[in-house]
Amino acid sequence: MAEAVLRVFRGDSENGETKDYKVPVEEGMVVLDALLYIQANYDGDLAVRWNCKAAKCGSCSTEINGIPKLSCKTRMDSLPRDEPITVYPIKAFPVIKDLVTDVKWNYQKQKEIPPFTPPEDEEMIMYQDDVERSQEFRKCIECFLCQNVCHILRDNNAKESFFGPRYLIKIAELDMHPLDTVDRSELLRNEAGVGFCNITKCCTEVCPENIRITDNAIIPLKERVVDKYFDPINWILSKLKED
Amino acid sequence: MDKYETHEHDVIVIGAGGAGLRAAIEASAQGATVGLVCKSLLGKAHTVMAEGGIAAAMANVAPEDNWETHFKDTMYGGKMLNNWRMAEIHAKESPDRIRELERWGALFDRTKEGKINQRAFGGHTWKRLCHVGDRTGLELIRTLQDKGIHSGIDVYMECIITDLLKDGDKVVGAFGYWRDTGKFVLFKAKAIILATGGIGKIYQVTSNSWEYTGDGHALAYRAGAELIDMEFIQFHPTGMVWPPSVIGILVTEAVRGEGGILTNSKGERFMEKYDPERMELSTRDVVSRAIYTEVKEGRGTPHGGAYLDISHIGAEYIMKKLPSMYHQFMEFADIDITKGPMEVGPTTHYVMGGVRVNAETGESTVGGLFAAGEVSGGMHGANRLGGNSLSDLLVFGRRAGLGAAEYANQIDSNTLNINNQQIAEHEKEMLAPFSNSNGKNPYTVHQKLQVIMQNYFGVFRIEDKLKQGLKELEALINDSKVLSIEGSRIFNPGWNLSIDLNSLFIVSEAAARCALQREESRGAHSRVDYPESDNKKWNTVNSVISQDGDSMKLVFSPLPEMPDELKSLFSEDQ
Ligand SMILES: Cc1cc2nc3c(=O)[nH]c(=O)nc-3n(C[C@H](O)[C@H](O)[C@H](O)COP(=O)(O)OP(=O)(O)OC[C@H]3O[C@@H](n4cnc5c(N)ncnc54)[C@H](O)[C@@H]3O)c2cc1C
Ligand code: SF4
Ligand code: SF4
Ligand code: FES
Repeated sequence: MAEAVLRVFRGDSENGETKDYKVPVEEGMVVLDALLYIQANYDGDLAVRWNCKAAKCGSCSTEINGIPKLSCKTRMDSLPRDEPITVYPIKAFPVIKDLVTDVKWNYQKQKEIPPFTPPEDEEMIMYQDDVERSQEFRKCIECFLCQNVCHILRDNNAKESFFGPRYLIKIAELDMHPLDTVDRSELLRNEAGVGFCNITKCCTEVCPENIRITDNAIIPLKERVVDKYFDPINWILSKLKED
Repeated sequence: MDKYETHEHDVIVIGAGGAGLRAAIEASAQGATVGLVCKSLLGKAHTVMAEGGIAAAMANVAPEDNWETHFKDTMYGGKMLNNWRMAEIHAKESPDRIRELERWGALFDRTKEGKINQRAFGGHTWKRLCHVGDRTGLELIRTLQDKGIHSGIDVYMECIITDLLKDGDKVVGAFGYWRDTGKFVLFKAKAIILATGGIGKIYQVTSNSWEYTGDGHALAYRAGAELIDMEFIQFHPTGMVWPPSVIGILVTEAVRGEGGILTNSKGERFMEKYDPERMELSTRDVVSRAIYTEVKEGRGTPHGGAYLDISHIGAEYIMKKLPSMYHQFMEFADIDITKGPMEVGPTTHYVMGGVRVNAETGESTVGGLFAAGEVSGGMHGANRLGGNSLSDLLVFGRRAGLGAAEYANQIDSNTLNINNQQIAEHEKEMLAPFSNSNGKNPYTVHQKLQVIMQNYFGVFRIEDKLKQGLKELEALINDSKVLSIEGSRIFNPGWNLSIDLNSLFIVSEAAARCALQREESRGAHSRVDYPESDNKKWNTVNSVISQDGDSMKLVFSPLPEMPDELKSLFSEDQ
């Protein structure tokens, strides 16, 4: 049977080194299979997060050969076999152990976004065309790969001033919901820091759900903020037109 | 004894899937202080994986639909073994639960009139499943998650509960550990709601994740509660069968709901033989047996399944209605389902059996202990209809939240006495694998268990094999008392598994004992030696499992009697 070598990060927030493991490769195998093989056969304490093993829950984000990916969706046969396959934890968040990182910060940001608020007592009539924009963002499986690659969080660790792409699309989703009544532009401009994004589109590139984060969410949000703060009359008019 | 931290709440909810979140939201709305504990990160519970839809007689697409029909479909699907009152409440309340979700931000696919769209599913008379493409569970869990985090609930993620603490005959707390540090933690509570999901990981081939080790079933059992109907385990007819990496992963029933056709290697549409009326949209138990039989009789596909083809409805429609199935097959199996068929076969999917509860409140037979969702039993009888789980989570999650909050209201927190002796013993047991030398490897033990369950307790069952299976199971449990692991307590999956094995063993044994005793075929339980349903003896009883000292007790108890006005709904059909 074919074999591959995985070079896996083992360690915690302070210390760590890589360790090589030889793993048999079956047809259709994904990197997560290889990691679970290591657990069952070599090191039972290898820390890995996973749940669905079908690219639906967003638990298994790692950096495979330097590229942020879902390990359950990365086929072994898509990776060159002549060199060890490197597997590292995602970089933008502190390591707990091995491939598992502390992503709690994301959950705090989510809490800071005012929830969906429909008009009172209104029947929820909505048309497919009108819900589709928000539905695109609701495909998000919260894998945090976009948060991981965004240079504002990854390289500059500006977690105090920027919510990151995941939560910008969350705000966009609520904003574009046909029946939402809350104005979140103040939050967008200040705490969420939409102005920091310089549209590099790295987030869109890694999104396993193919959400067009930059084009469909961030750019419209930026326009909204600009319109509102530089041309309030225009903003009110556009709001009226929507209703 | 190891130090542990303590948190105190009126209500502790164990599990953050649809049932747990909905329960927590309700208990909190009633004014209770609520703690919500889950093994994984928030939003990653099994509910996120649900695909096809959520059943409710909204009558948006089929105006003829109503709760009575939904109730009857559910009872017929469950082969009349369901708790009639749960099925009635479920059919009546699910439309409201869905409308409520919408007010919390859920965006279902729409009809032309701007209402929630509904699709066909097996065993449902009318188009009844509200859906979002084939990612309905994600919509449900994200909506509840958003609602939950703004409801003042304290969430304890990646925290595993391993023991329930009692004072006299009522529960007073839940004990467990943090995955990230391995440290122990105690949750003192007046009421506890179990919402831990299912048990699929006792099998080799399953659509379920590592979380499905039957913890809630086992916690309840060990606390003295009763489990019912544990022989009824649903084998979903359509799991992936190739490549090896994805064996068991679910292919949603929505594929058949949208018009998918099953054929064997000879090109025959074999469902004509097994259920000519409903064909592919027959109930899951029937379709699973059909595929199994076709394969066994030599008409299987190259990888031991059946063909399922949806390509005739057109690529555009597939991409709209079944996008994740398209990606799943493209990425994992190199198959383009808009062009050709998939290969599918049965996979362990859902457990109908579970904690015996009061239909109105979700309370178990132990004071202060409630259960909702897949961990509870009774609602689905001998076989669950697709789409009826997600609605079950909302309806009974809410009711358990209400019931627990009300119960907690009557309890004085000064009366919650924690038994430190029990905690000390439990801690010692949990930590033993670190110091044992030459114990068994938990991963190997788990694999052996899965082989036994797969071989002897699968789609078709027969006395000799059930007995043999039970013998091997008992031997394995006996041989696995001493386990060894490596590493530290920090995020250590090997250690976690060594503890999970306790639950896995309890639910396996319960399933095995019940399967051996029920000498008939009904719903998901098919006995080759008793191929017919026995409507004199077995249609009137639930199997009831409970703990009796160190051994497991199985008795049969009569089904609750359905009132005449509901009975008359069925006589109209004859
Ligand atoms: C692939 C797939 C597709 C499905 N599609 C559909 C569908 O289309 N329609 C439908 O109606 N049903 C569907 N089902 C079934 C349905 O999704 C599940 O039955 C349902 O989601 C279970 O919900 P739950 O709230 O009971 O448990 P879950 O959502 O599984 O949540 C269980 C929770 O309990 C926690 N937990 C477990 N043990 C412990 C412990 N010891 N300590 C702390 N926390 C613990 C877990 O971490 C988790 O948070 C599908 C199932 C699968 C697997
Ligand atoms: S487009 Fe903006 S949000 Fe996305 S990665 Fe670039 S800077 Fe970050
Ligand atoms: S937007 Fe895409 S990349 Fe970002 S968290 Fe969601 S699914 Fe992951
Ligand atoms: S395990 Fe769920 S996305 Fe990879």
